[in-house]
Amino acid sequence: MDLGYWLPLFFAGAMGLALLIYVILDGYDLGIGMLLPFASDDEKDVMVAAIGPFWDANETWIVLGVGILLIAFPQAHSIVLTSLYLPVTLMLMGLILRGVAFDFRVKAGDKHKAKWNRLFAFGSLVASLCQGWMLGAFVTGLTGDATSTLFAALIALALPALYIMLGAAWLLIKTEGELFNKAVRWGRMAVLPMGGFLLLISIATPLVSSAIADKWFTLPNAIGLMPIPIATALAYAGLIWVFNSKQILHNGYGWLAFVALMVMCVLASIGLAYSLFPDIVLGRISIWEAASATESLLFTFWGAIIALPMILAYTIFIYRVFRGKATHLSYE
Amino acid sequence: MEFDPFLLARLQFAANISFHILFPTITIGLCWVLFYFRLRYTFSGDKAWEYAYFFWVKIFALSFALGVVSGITMSFQFGTNWPGFMERAGNIAGPLLGYEVLTAFFLEASFLGIMLFGKDRVSNRTHLIATALVAVGTSFSAFWILSLNSWMQTPTGYRIEDGVFFVESWWEVIFNPSFPYRFAHMFTASLLTAAFLIMGISAWRAMRGVDGPATWKVMRTGALMAAVLAPLQVVIGDLHGLNTLEHQPAKIAAMEGIWETEKGAPLTLFGFPDEEEKTTHMAIKVPKLASFILTHEWDGEVLGLNEFEGEAPPVAPVFWAFRVMVGIGMLMVLVGWWSAWRLFRNRDENRDTQTWLLRALSVMTFSGWVAVLAGWYVTEIGRQPWIVDGLLRTSEVVADHSSATVAGTLFGYVLLYLFLLVSYIATLRYMATKPARSLTLTPQQRAMNDAETAEGGA
Repeated sequence: MDLGYWLPLFFAGAMGLALLIYVILDGYDLGIGMLLPFASDDEKDVMVAAIGPFWDANETWIVLGVGILLIAFPQAHSIVLTSLYLPVTLMLMGLILRGVAFDFRVKAGDKHKAKWNRLFAFGSLVASLCQGWMLGAFVTGLTGDATSTLFAALIALALPALYIMLGAAWLLIKTEGELFNKAVRWGRMAVLPMGGFLLLISIATPLVSSAIADKWFTLPNAIGLMPIPIATALAYAGLIWVFNSKQILHNGYGWLAFVALMVMCVLASIGLAYSLFPDIVLGRISIWEAASATESLLFTFWGAIIALPMILAYTIFIYRVFRGKATHLSYE
Repeated sequence: MEFDPFLLARLQFAANISFHILFPTITIGLCWVLFYFRLRYTFSGDKAWEYAYFFWVKIFALSFALGVVSGITMSFQFGTNWPGFMERAGNIAGPLLGYEVLTAFFLEASFLGIMLFGKDRVSNRTHLIATALVAVGTSFSAFWILSLNSWMQTPTGYRIEDGVFFVESWWEVIFNPSFPYRFAHMFTASLLTAAFLIMGISAWRAMRGVDGPATWKVMRTGALMAAVLAPLQVVIGDLHGLNTLEHQPAKIAAMEGIWETEKGAPLTLFGFPDEEEKTTHMAIKVPKLASFILTHEWDGEVLGLNEFEGEAPPVAPVFWAFRVMVGIGMLMVLVGWWSAWRLFRNRDENRDTQTWLLRALSVMTFSGWVAVLAGWYVTEIGRQPWIVDGLLRTSEVVADHSSATVAGTLFGYVLLYLFLLVSYIATLRYMATKPARSLTLTPQQRAMNDAETAEGGA
């Protein structure tokens, strides 16, 4: 077996998976952060409690994703992070504010709580916008021309909409009563803008990048790829249905909304992976050109093969321990 | 005014890593202290230790959050500021950082949730194990990152092809010559930082009369740690210095302010190093002592800065930072012994008879931070102009950003960090000043409190 071929492929897959998990998991944390200003003070505490035991591990997935980029594809790592210097810096500042606000909002004293709640929401918003921007710039190959900047701006708005949906769907799982009803309303309000963005992005992507257009719209690929947009549309329809069906919501099946969103995220990332492959930076550098030395990849590969199943196992354990509705667990 | 982008990139990296290291320094040590509290209350059933655990776990959580978010910044900074480093040394640095993420970050981040919120959801044993796993995770994290840092100081186990590093032996890369010393030195430094933090805050509480039944026990724990570890740290530091002399003599020459190679070199206690004139002004010297400390012979030869023209670090910051570190280290030995003697003799828990000790301890609350920062400045500035000692220059790997961009983001980071540092210290102060509750109450009140805790979280 040719390790020089398979190892970069393995790490590209692992990186994509880590970033997908990040978007879903920290997506709901950031979404709830952005929804925080619309809740009452007591509800804010419950919302934070609904993500409290999870957010730290959730955020670690982006460290793994960027870590793999750095470990396995150092050439691409420096291209990506040098081109995205400003949005990365702003995103980090947003994540810093959001992350420390968990503790400060309850520990710094009641006088300061409102300030830290605002910083929590502000940090979540900044991080989400920047991540959208980075994704948009990345999809168009980090060229930085006017069309791709416009495209990056479009995704910068789309990703927060997705995160807000994820946040609202997570609240359906973790909350009850008035806050649950609020989450339903938030979800209903955000679902159409999110769908609109999704449609716009699907139209804009092939327009912005002819390389991507070729991949999707030439026969026979186009037919083989049809299941992706069809399944996405079905998941989206299911999402709207869940948020509008009293029967589903009040019989404890609210988690279906989260599942529908997960399906959409998985499909979108499959589509993205197909669009980019075999490049790691579109049109600039391929997975194999950017890869580290095979012996370095192999050393990390063994670690990853042993550690990743363990990480997945205890992540599931943690989610089991904290299953059910969020009680008022407090950081105080 | 045009700034040198290279200098700005270094300043930005220095600002980020200086801010970051403050918090892991606390959490690596404090987590083992928490595990100890947790064990004490499991096996003795003494409620005071439980109280100590739940008081300190809150401070741990806050420090941990600051460490995590500033650590994420670090993982991006390698690429944003030093892309050349990853392109050239990525084959070595990448896997070491990868193992840190895989074996440490997820472990600590995941089980922290159970440690903080899981008390009523898992068995006592699982909660104890979760606490241990977080402590193990923080120590693993220190293991990998210090291994990488040590490799940059004393690279072994590599080969270079077309300017790119490749691995020859992972064992030699990970356990490079300075790693055991640096790890022991930093790990002990973390425990000492935690010891003086818990003593300092407990002393503060005792002085203000808001102490609970755990306060003096915690203070004694810290005193015992300091009394044993501070002198041990002097020995480890000395061994680390000898290792540095063997592998990075230029750093030692800068630390000691030795300009010319000489036999029987004197030890400069204080003075003002002047790189223009290659001399130390107003130096207070002890004859032959530098030779004796470094070579363990009165007439041993010590290499001077003259041997390393163009490859020597800036002298003054290394020289001064070294004196700050050693000064605080010595102070820690004295205060550690003094507090152990005062606190264990008769178990005197009276704030009126312990006034001076309590004052001294609260002043020393963050002394570990100062010593750790000074120590890192010695070793990192002392490695310059190299990023990988003797092989790759820092100036070769810097990113090509405009100085306006770097200056702007540096300004943003510094403002943010100052704000967070002020908030952190103010919050610790606020938490320390809140009166201890629960354990001084009547059984009925305690039962009510417990019910409240069960639903209200701890």
